[in-house]
Formats: sequence, structure tokens, C-alpha cells
Amino acid sequence: MIARYQAIERILSHMRDGDLVVSTTGMISRELFTLDDRPGNFYMIGSMGLASAMGLGLAIQAPNKRVFVLEGDGSALMSLGTLPLIASERPANLVHIILDNEAYESTGGQASISSHFDLADTARSSGYPWTRRVEDLEELESALLEVAAADQLSLILVKAGIAPVGGIPRVSHLPEQIRDRFRVAAQA
Amino acid sequence: MDASEFWAAMKERGLNFFAGVPDSTFQDTYNVMVSDPDIRYVPAVREDVALGIASATYFTGGLGGVIMQNSGVGNLVNSLTSFNLMYKIPALLVVGWRGYGGPPNDAPEHWIMGAKTPEFFALMEVPYEILEPDNLEPTIDRILAAIKERSVPGALLVRAGVIS
Repeated sequence: MIARYQAIERILSHMRDGDLVVSTTGMISRELFTLDDRPGNFYMIGSMGLASAMGLGLAIQAPNKRVFVLEGDGSALMSLGTLPLIASERPANLVHIILDNEAYESTGGQASISSHFDLADTARSSGYPWTRRVEDLEELESALLEVAAADQLSLILVKAGIAPVGGIPRVSHLPEQIRDRFRVAAQA
Repeated sequence: MDASEFWAAMKERGLNFFAGVPDSTFQDTYNVMVSDPDIRYVPAVREDVALGIASATYFTGGLGGVIMQNSGVGNLVNSLTSFNLMYKIPALLVVGWRGYGGPPNDAPEHWIMGAKTPEFFALMEVPYEILEPDNLEPTIDRILAAIKERSVPGALLVRAGVIS
């Protein structure tokens, strides 16, 4: 198990300046914001389940950018049909990362159903050409290195623990500010 | 109105990226689009997913479109209220209007949404226009102007037979 905050920190250490990140609602966006408030981060603070769709649209239309989708097991489950859709479009510049703590941590840690099955298996059977399930920081590190070298649609399932970070702030930018600076980053 | 005329009007206005879920209201229109090499179409699995994909076009410098049936309006609500309307991210929704006017028009599953489709958009303060066979370009220009002015999604409601 990896603390999700540490996982996001490790993912960020592999990020390049021009990379775009779409992060899902709740704690994942708040932790990303706290760790590194990049203009290329789109904090999708509402619309649970939609981050992967927007990531797909970006990856297709900004083929010169790497697009990272950072979402949880809850949001991946909410839009599970997007997995085979992404796989059928197969954008080589999309890195899909599911931070799976088997819970709806942002709403109080209620159990999700992802303890009963493996979302990396789901992605593989959906047609993702490269998937990896990682359970500790070393495995995450090696997966991120492989992703950087491979240049193909990839999905990393990070098995994360429930480790709330005390006093984590909400994203302080207004929605239109998040939009405008991300739009500049997407066209840079 | 001819389907190729409709898509030519879209492309002339810079719309060449669409995502959606098919609808029989414009079945032939859909087929013309899918085989058009100048239009990139992503066959989405749900209407909200289509809107998420098409919204990305705003960030890369254009305006994306969604193709859908009005039965999927309900699937759009959370994406509209907590994404597009909140961040002010525009898109064009091309909505097949099944059950226009309510019963006895169309099949029972379209009666309720058929009667209420404009009210749903009005409730969410999403601008909409009803496409008529003889005023294609002015109607498209009106909805695109409303979309641009408020930087929000806007809907073009298309009844059966209007585009063939």
C-alpha cells in the first residue's frame, strides 16, 4: 500500500513542464494542488467520473502533449465505459492513473467495490496496450519510468491506503482561473 | 435540408470535432458525418462522456460538438452544472428531439422528455434553438453567438425530418 499523497508526489516527480494533468474531484485534486500547483493542472472539482473523458479529448486534440488523468477508484467505476472507449481510441500520449484506495475517501471513507476486482485487469480486457498494478513506491517508480520510455497508451493502478492528510486545503483558484491558465498551458 | 449542407455549415464555422451517441432523428446525417474525412468523431459511451471529450476542444483553441438524443439530457445534468456551466466551458449540443410535442408523437419512452426537453435546457440556463428546415444558417449562427457570448454550452434541437 502507498499513501496516496506520496504516490501523487512521486508521479509529479516524473512530470515534464509541458505535461497536462486532469485530476478528479475531491481529495486527489486537493492533494495535487497542495503538492504542486502547476498551470497545466486542471482540477476537475466537480463532475465526478468525467476526468477520463476530458483527458481523452485532450490527448486526441493535443497530440504533442502528454496528458495524465489522475482519478480514484470511485470515479473510474462511475465512468467504467470510458475505459474501452479510451482503449479503442488508443492515444499514445495518454497516461491514465487510478489511485485505488477501495474507498470513497473524500466523503468519509465509505467502501467502494474495487476490493472485489482489479481495475488494471478491467483496463487490460478493455484493450489498454500497457497496464500495471503497483503496490509500493518502488513498483510505482519503475512503472513511471517504463511509461516515460514507451510512448503508448498506459494505465497504472496504484493500490493506495487510506491516509487523509490533515488540514489539506481546497483548491483556492476560482473555476475560471483554473480554466484560463490551463487553456494557455494546453496551447503552449 | 440536406445532411451534407448541415455539416458544411458546421465546418465553415470551425466545428470539426464531435463526440456523441447516435440518434435515429438524424441517422443519415450521422452517417454522413462519420464518413467525412474532415470531421474527427469519437463514438462516446454516454452523453456526459461525449460532453467531457468535446469540451477539451475549448482548451486546444476551438469549439467541440456533441451529437445526442434528447433522452440523454438527464445524463448531462451533473456535467453541465458542475463542469461546463461552472467553469464556463462552451460546446455545441446537437440534440435529436424524439417525442416532440409529447404524446401521441413517437414511442412512449420519448413522451415525457419529448415534452420537456426545452424546459430542461431553460431550467439549466443553457441556451437553445430549434432548427427549422428553411433557416439553417441563421439558427446555427444564433446558437453559436449565444454560446460565445456566455461561454457555455448551447443546444440545437433537431426534430425528425428536418435534416435528411
